[in-house]
Amino acid sequence: MTLKNASMIRVRGLGKTFILHQQGGVRLPVLADVSFDVAAGECLVLAGPSGAGKSTLLRTLYGNYRLQSGSVAIRHDGHFVDLGSASAQAVLDLRRRTVGYVSQFLRVIPRVPALDVVAEPLLARGVNPAQARAEAGEWLARMNLPERLWHLPPATFSGGEQQRVNIARSLIVSYPVLLLDEPTASLDAANRRLVVDLMVRARENGAALVGIFHDAEVREAVGTRNYSVEPMREAA
Amino acid sequence: MSEPLLLATGLTKRFGRRAAVAEVGFELHPGEVLGLVGESGSGKTTLLRLLSGQMAPDEGRVEFRSRDGEMLDLYALSEPRRRLLMRTDWGYVHQQARDGLRMAVSAGANVGERLMAQGARHYGDIRAAALDWLGRVEIAVDRIDDAPASFSGGMQQRLQIARNLVTRPRLVFMDEPTAALDVSVQARLLDLLRQLVGELGLAVVLVTHDLAVARLLAHRLVVMKDGRAVEEGLTDQVLDDPQHPYTQLLVSSVLQA
Repeated sequence: MTLKNASMIRVRGLGKTFILHQQGGVRLPVLADVSFDVAAGECLVLAGPSGAGKSTLLRTLYGNYRLQSGSVAIRHDGHFVDLGSASAQAVLDLRRRTVGYVSQFLRVIPRVPALDVVAEPLLARGVNPAQARAEAGEWLARMNLPERLWHLPPATFSGGEQQRVNIARSLIVSYPVLLLDEPTASLDAANRRLVVDLMVRARENGAALVGIFHDAEVREAVGTRNYSVEPMREAA
Repeated sequence: MSEPLLLATGLTKRFGRRAAVAEVGFELHPGEVLGLVGESGSGKTTLLRLLSGQMAPDEGRVEFRSRDGEMLDLYALSEPRRRLLMRTDWGYVHQQARDGLRMAVSAGANVGERLMAQGARHYGDIRAAALDWLGRVEIAVDRIDDAPASFSGGMQQRLQIARNLVTRPRLVFMDEPTAALDVSVQARLLDLLRQLVGELGLAVVLVTHDLAVARLLAHRLVVMKDGRAVEEGLTDQVLDDPQHPYTQLLVSSVLQA
């Protein structure tokens, strides 16, 4: 299914302030009045200095951080799901089938081998275990992860190896919406190029991407448009 | 959207003048793992007892959807009917395995007994099911005739899980299932629970004070403090973007290993 030019993400007047109750109720305003649309086949690059709230914005689009003001809606099965009012089940279904999130770090689970970590999103969609593992193997091979590592839990892998497991896990399902937080941060040049190609291909196949890319080369290759996230002043 | 399997409304339980649980309500859907988190004394174990038919609330209701789709008011059911439900459709995993096992009978009998309570009579089938379940919880099959008293703590806990799951319950209550185990043994049990819950599509109410356990197993969390539910949401929302002062304190108090 491709929906070229159809809006996939719709953000309106989004604001986020953290209130730190353990620090005497300090208020940290991070985002205010953020509005944009992202269409299928586009990659919106979140630009701005570190600490400006780019990751906060990305996490809010995933429903990981809660909405405070404004709205985020994501197209799911042909209609928009409003994250602020959706039930927990609806948000989980959105994550299972529509929205993929690639973080900088892999959350490792004791005892679970790399192959199963990668296969899990397919299993969650009901793919049978043998097929899911076969596809996971193909992805790990594509990510240049040596086969002797596939059956080991990634806890002892290097940062770059863990990140490649993470990316394989996030791209094994063709999510219509991909949120990417520094996906290439710990990769060497060859693997970075590989991941760039995969992101470009996902975009060309009609996925809507929103990304934070520190590396200018990656930004150039994958991004189609910028959105500038500016640091906010402390509230008086 | 699926219909709720378990529905709690306005649950309140007082011990003397103190409310151990006050006005707690939530829905649990099929296949969903709900974590009840909070420190000891927050009321989470009392809440679990109210939900699982072990203690009637002073106010409020617990409703459970029968296999026929009917919502049953748990404490309006006759005692035999409630017991039947607990034996067949529900499981309960205790923190201490010895509270959920019969220590003097064999491992195989511990698993088979629940099936017999459900009406199974064929010895060969019961033994085959017991063997299958011992394998699934990673207990060597040549231990089937040994009493659980001779098992390690981790094995006992895995046996308790097999005993609960053999009847294919739709809902399982778990009270700190890993808390009594050494850390090295915890990981194995957690991985096993995670797999089984996913494979069987179980609905689970999980009480834990361990936020890492909650993160690994639960889809949704309810944070308890002084008997009240002070915050709820998707597990990652509650742990990564806690709103309530108490949840912020809990999350910020965890040591990073």
